[in-house]
Amino acid sequence: MSTLMQIYICALSVSAFLCLYRIGMGPTPPDRTVGIDILGTLVVGFCAFMSILTGKDFYMNIGISWALLSFVGTLALAKFLERRSLDE
Amino acid sequence: MSDTIAHILISIGVLFDLLGCVGLVRLPDVYNRLQAATKCVTLGTCMILIGVLVLVGFNALGIKAVICMVFVLLTSPTSAHALARGSHKAGVPLWPDSVTDKYKERKGAEK
Amino acid sequence: MKSTIQFIILFALWLLLTWSVQLADIIAGIVISILAVALMGDIFTGKMYRILNPIRLFWMVVYIPYLFLYIILANLDVAYRVINPAMPIRPGIVRFKTNLKSEIGKTFLANSITLTPGTLTVDIIGDEFFVHWINVRCDGDSEKQGEIIAGKFERILGRIFE
Repeated sequence: MSTLMQIYICALSVSAFLCLYRIGMGPTPPDRTVGIDILGTLVVGFCAFMSILTGKDFYMNIGISWALLSFVGTLALAKFLERRSLDE
Repeated sequence: MSDTIAHILISIGVLFDLLGCVGLVRLPDVYNRLQAATKCVTLGTCMILIGVLVLVGFNALGIKAVICMVFVLLTSPTSAHALARGSHKAGVPLWPDSVTDKYKERKGAEK
Repeated sequence: MKSTIQFIILFALWLLLTWSVQLADIIAGIVISILAVALMGDIFTGKMYRILNPIRLFWMVVYIPYLFLYIILANLDVAYRVINPAMPIRPGIVRFKTNLKSEIGKTFLANSITLTPGTLTVDIIGDEFFVHWINVRCDGDSEKQGEIIAGKFERILGRIFE
C-alpha cells in the first residue's frame, strides 16, 4: 500500500465525513437525501481503490451494483418526497 | 509512464470529490448543493475509474471500471433531476437571495 | 428487429462483465439475455434501430468528446464558486422552450444540461424546460437564456435523434 494510496483514501474519507455532516445536520429532509445520494457515488470510488489494493476484480462488481442500487434508492426517496407516499 | 498518468488522473478525481463535498456543506440551499455535489462527485468518480483503467490496462478490472463509469454518468444526472423535482414539489423554498423562480409561477398558474 | 438489438446489447454487456469465453458462461449468458428480453423487452418503446444509421452514429461520436469538454468546464466553474470565500452565486429557476420532439432526445438534453456549467434540470412539461441556474444572466429574456443553456447541445442532438 503506497503513500499515495493512503492519501487518496484519507481524502475520500474526509469527503464521506462531510456528506455525513450534511446527512446529520441537514435542515430539511431533501438535504439529507442529497447527502445519501452523494455518499452512494463516493462508495463506488472506495470500491475502485479496494480492487486496486487487493488486485481482485469482484470489488468492481460490488461498485457497479452499488451505483445501480443507489440510483434506484434515490429515485424511490425522491418519489417519496414528492408525494409523501410510495403508492405510484 | 502510464502509472504517472493514472496517479495524476486519480489525484484530480479525489480532489474534485473533496471539493464537491465541501460545496455540499458550504452552499446555502438544496438546489445549489445538488449542483455542486452532483457535478463534482460525478466527474471525480469517473476520473478515479479512468485512472483505474489506465493503471491496470484492458483486463477484466479495467473493462468493469469502464462499464461502471458509463452507469455513473447515466444515472447520477437523472437522480439529481428527480431529487430537485421532488424537493420543489415537497415545498422546499429557494435561497432567499435567489433571482427568479419561473417554476413556482407555472405551478401557481395551474392551480 | 427490436428484440434482436436488445438481445445483442444485453449479451455484449454479459460478455464484458464476465470476461471469460468458457462454454458454460456463454450458454448462461444467452439464456439470461433471452429471458430478460422476453420478460422486460416491451418497456423500451422507442425505435432503437434508428440509432444504427451511420450519420447518426457519426454525430453520436462527435457528441461524446464535446460533452466531456463541457463537463470539465462545469467542474472548474463550480469548484471556483465553492472555493471562493465570497461565494459569487446568483441562483434562480429559469424557463425556456426546446425544439426537440422525441422523448429520448429530451432525456439526453436534460442530462447534458445537468452535467454542464451551473445548470440543473428541475422539470420538463411538454416542450418547456425548467432549469435551476447557479448564476442567472439575461434576466427576463427567455429566448436568450435558452440559447445560452441548451443551444450548443440542441443542434447536435437534433441531428442524432430527430
